[in-house]
Amino acid sequence: MAAPAAKQEGFYDCRDAWARTIEELAENDPRIVAVVNDSVGSSKLGGFQKKFPDRLINVGIAEQNMVGVGAGLANGGRIPFVSAASCFLTGRALEQVKADIAYAGFNVKLVGQSSGVAYGELGPTHHSIEDFAWLRPLSNITMVVPADSWETAEAVKWAAAHEGPVYIRLSRMPVPDLSVEDRKFQPGKAELVRKGSDVTIIACGTMVHLAVQAAVELEAEGISARILNMATITPLDEAAISAAASETGAIVTVEEANIHGGLGGAVAEHTSANLPVPIERMGFPGFVPTGSVEWLFDHFGLTAAGIARSARKAIGRKRG
Amino acid sequence: MLKNDLVDTIREKALWMRRRAFTMVYDAQLGHPGGDFSAIDIIATLYFGVMRYDPKKPDMPERDRFIMSKGHATGALYTALCAAGYYPEDWLKTYMQPQSKLNGHPNRNYLPGVETNTGPLGHGLPVALGIAIAGQMTNSDYRTFVLTGDGELQEGSNWEAAMSAGNRKLGKFTLIVDRNRLQQGMGTEETNGLDPLDDKFRAFGWDVEVVDGHDVGALVNALSEPPGGRSKPLCIIANTIKGKGVSFMENKASWHHGVPNAEQYDIAMEELV
Ligand SMILES: Cc1ncc(C[n+]2csc(CCOP(=O)(O)OP(=O)(O)O)c2C)c(N)n1
Repeated sequence: MAAPAAKQEGFYDCRDAWARTIEELAENDPRIVAVVNDSVGSSKLGGFQKKFPDRLINVGIAEQNMVGVGAGLANGGRIPFVSAASCFLTGRALEQVKADIAYAGFNVKLVGQSSGVAYGELGPTHHSIEDFAWLRPLSNITMVVPADSWETAEAVKWAAAHEGPVYIRLSRMPVPDLSVEDRKFQPGKAELVRKGSDVTIIACGTMVHLAVQAAVELEAEGISARILNMATITPLDEAAISAAASETGAIVTVEEANIHGGLGGAVAEHTSANLPVPIERMGFPGFVPTGSVEWLFDHFGLTAAGIARSARKAIGRKRG
Repeated sequence: MLKNDLVDTIREKALWMRRRAFTMVYDAQLGHPGGDFSAIDIIATLYFGVMRYDPKKPDMPERDRFIMSKGHATGALYTALCAAGYYPEDWLKTYMQPQSKLNGHPNRNYLPGVETNTGPLGHGLPVALGIAIAGQMTNSDYRTFVLTGDGELQEGSNWEAAMSAGNRKLGKFTLIVDRNRLQQGMGTEETNGLDPLDDKFRAFGWDVEVVDGHDVGALVNALSEPPGGRSKPLCIIANTIKGKGVSFMENKASWHHGVPNAEQYDIAMEELV
């Protein structure tokens, strides 16, 4: 749909890592199947379809049916990866996600593609910025938001091996690989991307690399910012949040999502009940105007400079 | 107007819409030109040959309503509303630009003449049904038209609305299906087949007419209310060609959301005369 963003060296579309990984896994495990809604191309499943034509179920433009079929396939012993634009997967089929996947507890992997505002100019109907708020209360669905290609591949492998419902939220916006030593994907654990003591920036998905850039900018001013990659939204790593609150005294959350009920909301729920500290929540306040992804990020301050600004503000709100 | 003159006028408007929509898509390097071009003759016929409306009074209660359920085809909708006089041509130049009223999918809060927000498929028919029920309740004589894609009919919500419309005998309710036989990735029949589509609607209590969706005269006839009106909702299955009018786009799924390069743009402009 939206034109691909200009190719930037060292930046990768995580959907490619998803597609490579699911094809590899499917080679070795005949139970793995894909379920789509006329979304073979946007899910990058053309290769999967060629290799395993009988294991790709395209139900047509019918998301409620798609998610229900996923539950049924799990009942029949398959491991379904249900892949669609995340706006329709989570929004259109929300009751199926709640009743058939979460409540019934089927071993289904929901893969939301082109989430956040990745569809840019196509507007709020095609943006998926409400999905965190919709899915967070469905607490037996593990919700993973990979920050780069490596983490995408690891999350897909983990999901295939894990018994239980998972939602993996992918973008289509190219992101660089994070540089973190000895990385190991641990669901439910925040990843410490950078140490710091003055403020903690908790980010997920496409926002993590921008948070790292912000920390570099802040360091030049003598501000030490801790960066946590909160790749799992549910279950939330409450211990890491508590440590951030008590050790750095101020928090910024950054997500490519609506700030109401998302990552920032989750962090605020935890800290306000346990260790109240100033929090700046960054994301989208509601439906956004027409504009490209780049324009929207800029307009809503989802840039390194914008994140640095929020960090200074959070620090300024600390009690003297 | 005499029928022949009317057909000529509609054809002229449709040609202008195709040229203008293609230019918008080219400038924005975004859009859904295939589905714009299959729908343009239908939408032009509605706005310039069938519907009653006053662009100066977009909220006039007695206006006929048009609901663009296949909301991705904004090139077709926005050029029609512009040609109908709802807003100046300048606005078209802002298509998909930051803060434009011409979003990639229509928003009624941004543009006069847009009855409801669409984009997620399978929403238009239920909303249009509600409009038609309101008309029936208030004894109004406005007509309600809704255009869906054919792939779109794979959404279950359409069939919930179709069942209800049939049961309620909504004679002023018209659904036009843009039957171009392609959806986003490939053909409708290889994805989740719809045929026999006419029998499906008849079974749900609708009158059905099958027409050539690029034959403006036939569209005028099918869309005009017969003397004495109807006692059932009407489904017009308009057989169309996705990308109609530009040789390299016709019947190609890749032009669902393909965008032209400079050379393709020039070829299209030569063909669209
Ligand atoms: C609920 C929903 N699912 C998926 C999409 C993505 N999508 C946009 S257009 C399209 C294909 C539509 O095909 P059809 O209805 O035949 O329209 P046309 O060929 O006339 O453009 C799809 C799958 C969507 N907009 N809404």
